[in-house]
Amino acid sequence: MPGLTTLALIGPLMIGVAGAILLALLPIRRPAMAASVAALIGLALYLPMLPVISAGGSLFAAFWGSTSLGIVGGLRLDGLSLIFALLISGIGALIFIYAHGYLSDDPRQKRLVVFLLVFMTAMLGAVTADDVILLFVFWELTSLASFFLVGYKHESLKARKAALQALLVTGSGGLALLAGLILVSIAAGTTSLSGILSAREAVLAHAAATPAMLLIILGCFTKSAQVPFHFWLPNAMAAPTPVSAYLHSATMVKLGIYLLARLNPLYQNEVLWQGILTFFGVATAVTGAVLAFRETDLKRVLAYTTVTALGTLTMLIGIAPALSITAAMTFLVVHAFYKAALFMVAGIIDHETGTRDAASLGGLRRSMPLTTLAACLAAFSMAGLPPFVGFVAKELIYEAKLELGQTAAFLILGSFLVNAATVAIAGVLSWRLFFGEARGFTQAPHDPPKAMLAGPILLAIFGLVAGGLPTAFGNALIDPAVTVVLGRPAEVTLKLWHGFNLVLALSAATMALGVLFYLAWGRIVPRLRGLEAMDRYGPSAGYERLLAQVMAGAETVTTTIQHGSLRGYIRTLFLVITTACIGTLIIRGGFAWPRLDVLVDPRLGIALLIVVGAIAVMVARTSIQAVLAMGLVGFATALIFLSFGAPDVAFTQFAVETLLVVILATALMRLPLRRRDLRTGREKSVDLAVALGGGLAVALMLAAVLASPFDPRLSLWFGAESVPSAHGRNVVNVILVDFRALDTLGEITVLAVAAFAVVALLRRTPETPEKASQSPNLAKAEGSR
Amino acid sequence: MNPPLILRTSAPLLLWLPIFVSLYVLVRGHNDPGGGFIGGLLAAGGILFFSIARGPDAARRVLRLSPVSWCAIGVLVALASGLPALLAPGQAYLTHLWWFPNVGVTLPLSTALVFDVGVYFTVIGTVSALFLALVELDKSGESA
Amino acid sequence: MSTVFIVMVGTLTAASIYMFLARDLPRVLIGFVLLGTATNLAIFAAGRVGSMMPPLVEPGARILSAEAANPLPQALILTAIVIGFGLTAFALMLVVKAYGAFATISIEEVDEAEPRPVEPQPEPLAPAFRQKQEAA
Repeated sequence: MPGLTTLALIGPLMIGVAGAILLALLPIRRPAMAASVAALIGLALYLPMLPVISAGGSLFAAFWGSTSLGIVGGLRLDGLSLIFALLISGIGALIFIYAHGYLSDDPRQKRLVVFLLVFMTAMLGAVTADDVILLFVFWELTSLASFFLVGYKHESLKARKAALQALLVTGSGGLALLAGLILVSIAAGTTSLSGILSAREAVLAHAAATPAMLLIILGCFTKSAQVPFHFWLPNAMAAPTPVSAYLHSATMVKLGIYLLARLNPLYQNEVLWQGILTFFGVATAVTGAVLAFRETDLKRVLAYTTVTALGTLTMLIGIAPALSITAAMTFLVVHAFYKAALFMVAGIIDHETGTRDAASLGGLRRSMPLTTLAACLAAFSMAGLPPFVGFVAKELIYEAKLELGQTAAFLILGSFLVNAATVAIAGVLSWRLFFGEARGFTQAPHDPPKAMLAGPILLAIFGLVAGGLPTAFGNALIDPAVTVVLGRPAEVTLKLWHGFNLVLALSAATMALGVLFYLAWGRIVPRLRGLEAMDRYGPSAGYERLLAQVMAGAETVTTTIQHGSLRGYIRTLFLVITTACIGTLIIRGGFAWPRLDVLVDPRLGIALLIVVGAIAVMVARTSIQAVLAMGLVGFATALIFLSFGAPDVAFTQFAVETLLVVILATALMRLPLRRRDLRTGREKSVDLAVALGGGLAVALMLAAVLASPFDPRLSLWFGAESVPSAHGRNVVNVILVDFRALDTLGEITVLAVAAFAVVALLRRTPETPEKASQSPNLAKAEGSR
Repeated sequence: MNPPLILRTSAPLLLWLPIFVSLYVLVRGHNDPGGGFIGGLLAAGGILFFSIARGPDAARRVLRLSPVSWCAIGVLVALASGLPALLAPGQAYLTHLWWFPNVGVTLPLSTALVFDVGVYFTVIGTVSALFLALVELDKSGESA
Repeated sequence: MSTVFIVMVGTLTAASIYMFLARDLPRVLIGFVLLGTATNLAIFAAGRVGSMMPPLVEPGARILSAEAANPLPQALILTAIVIGFGLTAFALMLVVKAYGAFATISIEEVDEAEPRPVEPQPEPLAPAFRQKQEAA
């Protein structure tokens, strides 16, 4: 079924592009709902492919190749891509519905929806691209879309700064990624992703294999907010909640994870790969957990727990054995479910109560029962309580680490603390907000419209269902993805109940510690906040300093180069030309002098006239004298042309020189011509040195040209063809109007443009009424144009 | 500005003599020194002298159209001169065509001459546009 | 004769650079004209000089005499002269207008186009916004 395959691969992208264009152009009443339909169509196109993929197959369709650029192009759908594609389109559909409610009274809703749709399309393209260049283009498109989405409230300085920060961090990482991908492509001899993966030996054997890997990791780390680039993610919470729920929990930040997983078959046995991913993964997870305890803003808390989750995912990819990949893929899906749901809940609370401060809110249960249900279901999954899928994932994570044995004690300790912190945060997000005494709001809030509730409730229920049917969930979605990430089939059965063992004991201990953390939450947060050093020396402050230094550096460079002195520019220009000429002559050994021929010739007198005229121009006391000397040079040049067999040129030069003198005389009457040269003596000597250097360089260059043999073929051809082909005996004129007529056409166009420019320049003068009445002819002439 | 009497009286001569010479130079350009550029400069010189002698308004009256219109006409004529070549099969744009009709004497007619006429008009238009602009700026200089 | 042309072109170039570096605009304009002349002479010389015979095919002959001057640089220079004239006149117009607007012919004082660097604004805007604000 090649037709259906092609449709499934390209259809969602086409619908996304077409939808974005139509939405932007047409006055559609409910843009978010329309976009949701587009996302649902995408989902409907991907879903029928599930059986094929589950059976271990993969689909391929060739598109957008550019053989001349060596870009293979093509889209591929396999287990890993499918998980992402389903998450992106499925959660996307729910997000659009949510946005419809959330932004119902926002006049700019359409813009947000269009950018979200563009983003969704780019994400789908990125995860299905089978070509690294294509992947990179989509990757950067998501960064760009994110820039506009984070900066949606562009009146706010904070939003603008956050948007720029996200763009700069992910964008510079993107450049590193591009470099890495190109290195890998060179090593593999193809830009095709599947081609690179199958050329594993060649890629790893290449001299630049390690730098390439590090560059790719750098790109993925910036995108997926790993330490030390994690700071942009919480700041990006300046975006509207639908954006945060979509980009910053479920999709975009997972793109780095996607690429790490995608390239895992290539590097999984490299010690460096494992080490970097594990170390930075744990560091990120712990950093996120600690920083989450410094915040009370719901969205920022959620952002830091997302950082934690991303760190956990990176770490799991870094641990080689099969089980960890199963854990990673399971956790990826689980996290997307509960985090998107919780973000939407945070948005609902913000929407209904006007605050997102977790410390002040409480007891929302009575007035918002449905929201409470969604929040609690999602939070239980987050905390890893049975029978939620979060439990399955957490058990797997523990099991994966226990598999490592003694060596990974610190990993287990790290996860233990991180998981306990996650449990505590889940408690804050559910129990603290919704139960207990009502506080933090003046008038009782109520459940939001259905559109806003649909997303969180559905996602929370998915978490419950997937947890209840772990085997089906695992067979259909997780196993194919694990096979792709490992490069070989992995048989791990997802189970809800493993029996009483060490893993269960760890889970129970995590719960206990989590509850302790939860109870102490009110005291921990102010303490950690008090540690101002964390703000002062963190990577976020480093980013600010770096940015300030770049700006200051740019200003220094600009004021040095663009100093605003025309004399300086001209001097630089001529010095560069002089250096270039003489340098070339030295390097290429081009110094040469043509043969001395006739020494006694009446024409030498004219040449002397030119030299004297040139010197006279320089030493002229007033500018009117300089103009006269210039005229002398011009007429002498015309004589030179005449005496060297160029009557046409000579006549033109005579005519031009005459007109120039007349025009200069007319124009310069208005200028203070008697002024002396304003330069000081010192400046004059410097300028003279520059001038003599330039003159010498040009003279030497011309000497080198004249000493080299002359190729007369063109001139001979023109001389031979002039009469037979063009019926003209004046070869110069024939060249102008016939052989090179197109050049001449261009040249007279330049003349006409100069005339137009002068007339336009005149028009810029504010015309006085008297002038218009004084010269009716002028007015008539102007009118006739 | 009040030019001397002799200049004012001889103005028509200063105008028409260069223009006739320029036409001669233009036509003979294909076989002898001359052509559209030189011819245009000569004719423009005539207009300049006339404008000095009788004032820019008089010069504009002689030109009838505004100088930039002459520029545009010139460029369009030159552009158009290349079009007939497209009618002949396999000829590139601006390949000039020739006819030699015999009306007592053999007249060499060609699109190359048309092209040169376009150059001629453009040069006249440009030079007079520049000069008249300067002169009129001078005249209205107090307000500028 | 090549040596003569080398000396002419070198002297003219030096003179034009010297004038280009002057502080007043009319002198810069003169430098502009001289540079054009120097360039034309250099092109002329590069086509090899010496013959005094213009590149005209003799009546009756089919091809150009071998003694005639090289026609190609002449065609190039001819249009260059006219265009150089057009540009000079245009530049002159600018100088005159600038004098009308700023009442100066000194280069240093005509700096309206490039204002001195402004003090950084207190609010650290993104560069794009800064430019937009300045333009507004």
